[in-house]
Amino acid sequence: MSNSSIALDGNGKLPSYLIDQGKRKGLLAWLLSTDHKRIAILYMIGVLSFFAVGVSLGFIIRLELLTPQGTIIDAQAYNEIFTLHGVIMIFIVVIPAIPAIFGNFFLPIMIGAKDVAFPRLNLLSWYLYIIGGTMILLSMVLPGGAADTGWTFYIPYSVRTGTNMIFTLSAVFVLGFSSILTGMNFLTTIHRLRAPGMGWFKMPLFTWSLYATGWIQLLATPIVGITLLLVIIERVFGVGLFDPTLGGDPILFQHMFWMYSHPAVYIIIVPAMGVISEIIPVFAHRTIFGYKFIAYSSIAIAVFGSMVWAHHMFAVGLSNNAEFIFSLLTFLVAIPSAIKVFNWTATLYKGSIELEAPMLYALAFIFLFSIGGLTGIIQGALNVDIYLTDTYFIVGHIHYVIFGGTGMALFAALHYWLPKMFGRMYNKKVAKVAFWHIFVGFNILYFPFLIMGWLGMPRRSYHYLPKFQIYHIIATVGSWILVAGLLIMFINLLRSLRTGEIVTENNIWGGESLEWKVQTPPIAENFEEIPEVTAAPYEYKDNDEPVLEKEEVN
Amino acid sequence: MTTENEVVVHAHRDDVGARMGMWLFLLSEFLLFGGLFLMYSIYRYNHQHDFHIAAEGMNIFLGTANTIILLTSSLTMALAITAMQKGNKILSLVLQIVTFLFGLAFLVNKFFEWSAEFKEGNYPGSPILTAKPSGQILYYGLYYTMVGLHGVHVIVGMTIIAFMIRFTIKGIINKDDYVKLENAGLYWHLVDIIWIFLFPLFYLIT
Repeated sequence: MSNSSIALDGNGKLPSYLIDQGKRKGLLAWLLSTDHKRIAILYMIGVLSFFAVGVSLGFIIRLELLTPQGTIIDAQAYNEIFTLHGVIMIFIVVIPAIPAIFGNFFLPIMIGAKDVAFPRLNLLSWYLYIIGGTMILLSMVLPGGAADTGWTFYIPYSVRTGTNMIFTLSAVFVLGFSSILTGMNFLTTIHRLRAPGMGWFKMPLFTWSLYATGWIQLLATPIVGITLLLVIIERVFGVGLFDPTLGGDPILFQHMFWMYSHPAVYIIIVPAMGVISEIIPVFAHRTIFGYKFIAYSSIAIAVFGSMVWAHHMFAVGLSNNAEFIFSLLTFLVAIPSAIKVFNWTATLYKGSIELEAPMLYALAFIFLFSIGGLTGIIQGALNVDIYLTDTYFIVGHIHYVIFGGTGMALFAALHYWLPKMFGRMYNKKVAKVAFWHIFVGFNILYFPFLIMGWLGMPRRSYHYLPKFQIYHIIATVGSWILVAGLLIMFINLLRSLRTGEIVTENNIWGGESLEWKVQTPPIAENFEEIPEVTAAPYEYKDNDEPVLEKEEVN
Repeated sequence: MTTENEVVVHAHRDDVGARMGMWLFLLSEFLLFGGLFLMYSIYRYNHQHDFHIAAEGMNIFLGTANTIILLTSSLTMALAITAMQKGNKILSLVLQIVTFLFGLAFLVNKFFEWSAEFKEGNYPGSPILTAKPSGQILYYGLYYTMVGLHGVHVIVGMTIIAFMIRFTIKGIINKDDYVKLENAGLYWHLVDIIWIFLFPLFYLIT
């Protein structure tokens, strides 16, 4: 092996990927690295920085809405800020978060590969991601102001507004391209680089979820890419495509936008479900219940999820038949998600549950995602949706699904895998304190959304009726608790990277998948020798200690 | 990552994987154009008569010439790959250059075609076009967008072929390792196949 020439360090361990081993040192050794683990860290820095920006913007929105008239910002700034909050959180934070950080880091390790199939393309994806993010930031500071159309860029707002729309649209286009390349890379990696013996049904469920996600990224993203490109062309060259004054059809834009952006919901949530499927069995010390059903349900979500986009448009006046079919399919798409929830619950049943921080976040995921999912079903019903369209109910729903779902899964993944990635453990007590702040703050913030939405509070509205003020005040107080929790969590995690207790054992939590059998933190090419896989990923004896020691890989 | 390890990673050769990646990427490209074809079909369904009239303004001679040029260039590209497989480096190089020149000829043709359209006042935002019925505005909007985006792909394809020519000269592409050339060929065929659909949809619907 190539590693034989590298000297072992004091503990008889090989140097980890965190130590520069090539010609380049310092920052360049990171920025030009094709190591999937280093690229994952680069993504982590990007995603979490933008998350901080997105949270700050959301925090400002909540402060503004304390009073029914203007509070701290004017109406135009309000429009720009809720648009930026949506664009940053959706396209720059939650879409890449779990696949690009944890997928990049753990997908190759989990299937016993040294890297992804196209390491250099992987680095290119990151650069595209950063270019896209930078363009969004530029749109904020350049004269003209950030886009003020809402993150959905509906026509005719997006062809008429005088703001820096082109920056925002191009940014989303570039980010989409980054996402496509990541999807293509993961699909090829899973098809071609599985270690000997790693059959499809020996893959960890996180890998399965990334596989399903890869297909959605690859097939759905180009549609929104071309749609936004068309809006750019329409704005720059005045070509008649969607603008109704030139004969175009604004409803067609909505169709084409949601054809991607609904599947994008599943790009966001499916990897999150994969994370939960990893964490639940480890902390319940039980084999996951219904492995194949969870694996297939990821694929089912990818398939059904592509056929429900028009449920975002029930209020625009589609034909009765179309509305009926889309409503029916919307109910159907809930089934695979429910299968997963029931399987996780069944895994917990009679398990010996350890309430470590990752498990707390995973349980919060199940609880909050269920509320998000069920409020989604309510809006899948045609007559109810006509009433609820564009109210705070949908805003509450989207935050329960995306923040309560993917956000919690992201935090779960951070607490689960960060010690593996950096070899240092965070303060577990503080992690739990942060969790309860986040969980309580989250519900105080978003549950009033559902109530006032049901009572008719319109979304994206700068002024509102005084009768809704009490809900806004409760929500704003919730946002303070939530942000406090987030601060505690991130400070705790960041501190752990410098001063945390050093973790030396390979298997920190008692997991059975391959990432727990390699060194902590992993070495440059993950494995000294490519492992031969013989066991399934979740082989626990019921209610017993994991059987890990029986088959060491290294 | 160590330099040694880097060598290991990149020395790891997986031609099947490389081709698979390319096919997946092409699938993505098809869907990119798929969005446009979807728009075309909906707008044409809504404005059948206008599309018919607008299409009569197209220069069928230049369109046909470009179809022949592009189809032939796909042939020369395929031959270039076969020549490389058989170890005939010089022939492969010549065929790649010919493919590149065909691409250039396509663009030159397109330039003259668009110039003529612009002279007639059929460009976006012109007073002549804006005065026409909305179906015809949409036809020209789609024409410039779809053919323009295809033109961008021709340029990208030619850039890729230019790199392949360089790699062939340097010997990076050789008898035993020609997957890069194959992938370039796949991309060029994508450019070709999209044109095969664009040509009848814009020139032959009168």
